[in-house]
Amino acid sequence: MGMRKVAVVGAGMTKFMRRAQETGRELAYQASKMALDSCGMTLDDIDSVALGTAPDAFDGLHMKGEYLSDGAGAWNKPYMRCYVGGGTGVFAAIQGWYHVASGLFDTCLVVCEEKMSSCKPHPQGAFLTIFDHTTERALKPNLVWIFALEMNRYMTVHGLEKKDIARVAVKNKRNALDHPCAQVAADITVEDVLNSEVLAWPVQRLDISPTSDGAAAMVLAAEHVAKRVTDKPVWVKGVGWSLDTAYWTNRDLYYPKYVEHAARMAYDMAGIKEPRKEIHVVEPYDPFDYKELHHLEGLLLCEKGEAARLTADGVTARDGDLPVCPSGGLLGVGNPIAASGMMKLSEIFWQLRGEAGKRQVPGQPRTGLAQSWGDLMQVGCVVVLGI
Amino acid sequence: MRAVAIVGVGYSGFRSITPDLSYKELMYEAAAKAYEDAGVDPQRDIESFVSVAEDFNEGTSIFDEYVPDQIGGALKPVHTIPGDGIHGLIAAHMQVLTGAMNIVMVEAHSKASNVLTPNDVLAYAMEPIYNRPLGANPVFIAGMEMNRYLYSTGTTEAQCAQVVVKNRGNGFLNPSAAYGARLDLEMVLGSETVSHPLKKLEISSHADGAIVVVLASSDVAEDLTDLPIWIRGVGWCNETPSLETRDWEGATYARKSAEMAYRTAGIRNPWQEIDFAEVDDTFAYKELQHMEALGLCREGEAGYLVQEGETELDGQFPINPSGGSLGLGHLLDASGLARVLEVILQLRGEAGERQLEDVETGMAFGWRGIPTTSGAAVVLSV
Repeated sequence: MGMRKVAVVGAGMTKFMRRAQETGRELAYQASKMALDSCGMTLDDIDSVALGTAPDAFDGLHMKGEYLSDGAGAWNKPYMRCYVGGGTGVFAAIQGWYHVASGLFDTCLVVCEEKMSSCKPHPQGAFLTIFDHTTERALKPNLVWIFALEMNRYMTVHGLEKKDIARVAVKNKRNALDHPCAQVAADITVEDVLNSEVLAWPVQRLDISPTSDGAAAMVLAAEHVAKRVTDKPVWVKGVGWSLDTAYWTNRDLYYPKYVEHAARMAYDMAGIKEPRKEIHVVEPYDPFDYKELHHLEGLLLCEKGEAARLTADGVTARDGDLPVCPSGGLLGVGNPIAASGMMKLSEIFWQLRGEAGKRQVPGQPRTGLAQSWGDLMQVGCVVVLGI
Repeated sequence: MRAVAIVGVGYSGFRSITPDLSYKELMYEAAAKAYEDAGVDPQRDIESFVSVAEDFNEGTSIFDEYVPDQIGGALKPVHTIPGDGIHGLIAAHMQVLTGAMNIVMVEAHSKASNVLTPNDVLAYAMEPIYNRPLGANPVFIAGMEMNRYLYSTGTTEAQCAQVVVKNRGNGFLNPSAAYGARLDLEMVLGSETVSHPLKKLEISSHADGAIVVVLASSDVAEDLTDLPIWIRGVGWCNETPSLETRDWEGATYARKSAEMAYRTAGIRNPWQEIDFAEVDDTFAYKELQHMEALGLCREGEAGYLVQEGETELDGQFPINPSGGSLGLGHLLDASGLARVLEVILQLRGEAGERQLEDVETGMAFGWRGIPTTSGAAVVLSV
């Protein structure tokens, strides 16, 4: 039995920034409205709603999904929230996919929202509560601190220097200059990154994405609806996800095996045998500059330890052989956790339709991939889109 | 559309406190039993894992981090649904329906005894700008809604209290129930008023436990078990989180969940085609309100049915033979999966002293509790 085909037919996103004026509900509404408008649909055309949003601790809201339901257009509809930490943004689209591919619905509105600015004095405070309450929390760890461990391990195993990694931040922040929703686009140099404040060695200020508020949304539809509403449906070719053990201290952090598992699952479904040749544009998750490199390797788009050289050679530039984060990524556009994953998928959607404007990569890409990552350096979510 | 069956179930609990077990151990026990029941190896056979959890109830942010190890899901597709257990079951069901997966599991648990101030946690679910600053104990919402329900349907306080007598009595026959008891109407009606007209004994008490259900496509289900329990239909709905604009009278979320479940199950007359139901009874009046919204009886009729004993184990249409949340204990978001568990046990003929006779089709309905209007329903058949 063949699987039901599912298409992305519309997408929308708010500007990423500190948004003191809007509640999370209003952000969710804005992105949903833009996604629906982009394909000429209204809520009457929507059969189901899937929501992605990361920790309730940011907003101090228990059952945040319930609070957001009206803003996400779920009034009197089947509505479900999914959750895989930082991986939620791309996973929400996977959840939308299984809503439609199941045959229960012809359409699903997928909405991702995050409002981090209401967490005082800084959202990092909320992250203290993600650690194991018995073995880790007493040490007062911090996310930057554990990612510094991972970055250090990655650099050590492959003999990389900080400048090899800083090039990613330079590339992505420059790419973001062309994104109307970008929060921290900038024309900077490798020297600027190396001279920025050290947060937890080797992580420096400009190696890291900002905290943001924002929302992004997407409309998924079954084949017969997709062909009716648009001439340019973008098909969900493959999905994959994988969650590794919570005991992250027992893993070798130099390589994200869970991303490889997720990628292999998605490639299998999409019938992709040689990802490096068959994927034309990629949006890997880049909350830190080293993560883009780490993830390119996990996605099997290059050899282990090779991603930094590809970046130095310009292969991953917007006009390179394998454009990586043409949107500007989280480093340039911003990182409202769940919404940033959905932003990445939206970028692939726009790139494949040739609608990315100044960000458009050359060569009419036919297949693209978005990936997100999260939890305790633990989860990978992959969606392959194609025309 | 593919047919999907439940091929294994396991649970741990239910008890008012479990100081000897962590949430991981509760989950492990339920998962190990379910895998044994289904005859599957999680790493080899299960293609996707769904867990159900809310951060604030766990006291841990991004709680999905701590899910994979104790259910055998490390380095496999695992995701969390912050919803009712039945939402989680439906998420697993949809994945099998896609054709991409053949065997998927769902897990839900409660370690409510670790939550020392549950109403303070619940207050964080209140709308933060207009509602929360009022500082009211969120249970007032249930009192107001019950008042409206009694007024609009003519149901009496005694009929609501009868639900407590019935469910805690059923719990007495269920060895897994934490709150089985023989009560009488006077004891319930004489208990303290928490939010008029809601009485203390009409509010379910929390319990700890975990439940795991294994689902499989028809191709593999028949190989795994001689007694597959088929998922006939599913439905779910959110009305609105807004206290100001919601329907206070009719539990719209339940009505719409049921409409979808009956449509997908091909059921036209639920009273005739369904033999019994497990429906949310977080508060006693909710059982009656939900029965009516689910179309299991006419509006205003549920109170008479319980009063006449028609919803008891030997009645025409047994409701909550397990004891419901009032008898079994309220398992936070695992409550919906506890309703499903009982439907499975009854349909398999494994319900012991409370076994119903000649049951072939049962329904489970879960509600996420105040202040939500979020519900989910499933219809199961042998």
